[in-house]
Amino acid sequence: MFFQSNLHAAKIGELTETSVFEQALRFLSLKDPAVRIAVLGSIFLGINCGLLGSFIVVRKLALVGDALSHAVLPGVALGFMWNMTKDPIAIFVGATIAGLIGVTAVNLIKDTTKIKEDSVLGMVLAGFYGVGIVLLTMIQNLPFGNKSGLDKFLFGQAAALSVSDIQLIGSITLLCLIIVYFFYKEFLVISFDFSFAQSTGIPAKAFHYLLMLLLTFSVVVALQAVGVVLVSALLITPAATAYLLTDRMHRMLFLAALFGMLSGLTGAFLSFLGNDLPTGPFMVVAASSLFIAAFLFGPRYGLIPKFLKRKNQSYQIEVENTLKAIYQVLEKNNFKEEGVLFDKLAEHRNESIVDTENQINKILKMGCATLNENENSDSNYFKQKLISLTPTGWTRACEIVRNHRLWELYLTNEAQYAADHVHEDAEIIEHVLGDDTVRKLEKMLNFPTRDPHGKLIPGLKYLEDNGTHNSKSAVTQI
Amino acid sequence: MIDDYREAAPLEIHDLTVAYQKKPVLYGIDLEVPKGSLVGIVGPNGAGKSTLIKTIMGLVPIGSGWIKIFGKSFKKAITRVGYVPQRESVDWDFPVNVLDVVLMGRYGRLGLLKKPSKDDKDIAMACLEKVKMSPYANRQIANLSGGQQQRVFLARALAQESDLYFMDEPFAGVDAATETAIIEILQELKNRGKTLLVVHHDLPTAKQYFDRLLLLNMRLVAFGPTEEIFTMENLQKTYGGRLTILSDVAVERNLGVKVD
Repeated sequence: MFFQSNLHAAKIGELTETSVFEQALRFLSLKDPAVRIAVLGSIFLGINCGLLGSFIVVRKLALVGDALSHAVLPGVALGFMWNMTKDPIAIFVGATIAGLIGVTAVNLIKDTTKIKEDSVLGMVLAGFYGVGIVLLTMIQNLPFGNKSGLDKFLFGQAAALSVSDIQLIGSITLLCLIIVYFFYKEFLVISFDFSFAQSTGIPAKAFHYLLMLLLTFSVVVALQAVGVVLVSALLITPAATAYLLTDRMHRMLFLAALFGMLSGLTGAFLSFLGNDLPTGPFMVVAASSLFIAAFLFGPRYGLIPKFLKRKNQSYQIEVENTLKAIYQVLEKNNFKEEGVLFDKLAEHRNESIVDTENQINKILKMGCATLNENENSDSNYFKQKLISLTPTGWTRACEIVRNHRLWELYLTNEAQYAADHVHEDAEIIEHVLGDDTVRKLEKMLNFPTRDPHGKLIPGLKYLEDNGTHNSKSAVTQI
Repeated sequence: MIDDYREAAPLEIHDLTVAYQKKPVLYGIDLEVPKGSLVGIVGPNGAGKSTLIKTIMGLVPIGSGWIKIFGKSFKKAITRVGYVPQRESVDWDFPVNVLDVVLMGRYGRLGLLKKPSKDDKDIAMACLEKVKMSPYANRQIANLSGGQQQRVFLARALAQESDLYFMDEPFAGVDAATETAIIEILQELKNRGKTLLVVHHDLPTAKQYFDRLLLLNMRLVAFGPTEEIFTMENLQKTYGGRLTILSDVAVERNLGVKVD
């Protein structure tokens, strides 16, 4: 409570009369050294958090990251008390020690009692955080010392970074980049299969602790810009976003660092626009927006591409079923007619004329069929129109019928299905059989010409040779 | 190759005891495995089969006793040992492809700081070829079936080019074709003079697959050529109720209470 009131007081005092546009210009021109520091700091932090966050995410240690980031707070307070100023090095050392004590406490309680990891993490996280707040409140109430900027550790303020802060953040980022680059293979194998890594003689435990140490460093240097409360989000969200977009670890590291950087920059920018609002929340909002975008639009696992793909697939299936129905009606008349009448097709598919018309429109659009006047009828009524397959339409119709019948034959011959049980399975498989599989099936079944119901199977080889012929000669030659 | 016979046994264990948090899991194991044997480690659930191989590989601390690999400590012989962990022990959503996983088999030989070379990649591809998985080299591992995952793990172990292999349930949850493929590879490795210890849970196939059996239930019940060891008496000793007293005593000693 104390902190909040103090935070507000500080902000109102800092308010200056400038328009949003001017502020944006000031930020984007990078003329202001304070802006340059904030930008640089955000970029470094983003890279750092993205890199280490990736390992945290794939190793399912996200909660450990969260606990760690809260556990450092008492160390921040103690580091400040060291000589009662905001000395970056003292605070860095204090926070790192506190973080490591926090992680050790988690492991100790987990290994020696029956309390499970999630409870231990929750407990240690809140406990250390509470101690930190108590200590910081005490410091604020002390009558001496330069306390400005200490309140920024909760929600972060990129603009409050000093040149020495930046030097520290820069060195830590460089250190992380170098270590992750040189020991990429070790980090990869301990993350994927820890005991295998151990069995090959890689000092897996040492690398685990190294990773934890780097993580602690990154959390500590990120505190001022992002704040204790939200720094774990900057670790996890960009890495999780990257995880949705790629299946390879090195790409994930790159993307996570990029997203971390973008989030950091956006956060710094928005906080600057709003006259030095806390940076952390804006960074996390930016990171979360990126995640939502990846979740919805990610090409591989995004919701919307998945939905469109499914929709496209069902459209495809409808088209193929229409073509197949036309083939079947033609087949009924021994392919004596050039085309199929609307009402005959509707009758065959057991659906209304309107539904049939909808389906026919789809195949007309795709150039698989043409609509002709029926010479034998004087009525212009669309029911009496004749649907003729184009060569493309004919080829595709033959393919789908062939797939269906081959599969039926395969199931009855090889998988010992009863002939009257195979149709439904084939209805699904016919749309997904690839050319390779079809060739394999044909070979395995010894290039069959009849399906289990005695109907002709339009052959693959035939289709390749004569795909452009008209329907009549096509079947008579099989 | 002349002085081959003078080389120490691939695996020698003397009076090994292992405890998990003070609860003994393995008691007084004495064992000497000769070169070129294909050993099936068989025993009921909780018999300490996985613990035995994990202890040999230094993943679980030794309570008392000692283990020697080719006459040396495990650490010194580490590049001569290959390991296939249980398939469930890893997250198959991990962002790597099949070739990445097999390449991990080379990491131990590479040592720190070195990146896998073209040669390492060729070896990894050849190992994938052996398990008939080379068309899947660039596949994300999440898209593999259980049997395919097991083949990838086997390929990774092959890439280690070791002399002594430990495999933890390589036949668990795989299809029949994979089972045949794996046993063929194990036989081939054995014929090339490699020594293999394989945790196995299916008794009928154990008799058929392995030339030596190690019957385990907290202590070593029997070890030797399959035809000698695979007797009703031994199996009863391994799976029967008599050994429950052993575990009861263990619990009693640990908790200080009597178990009825």
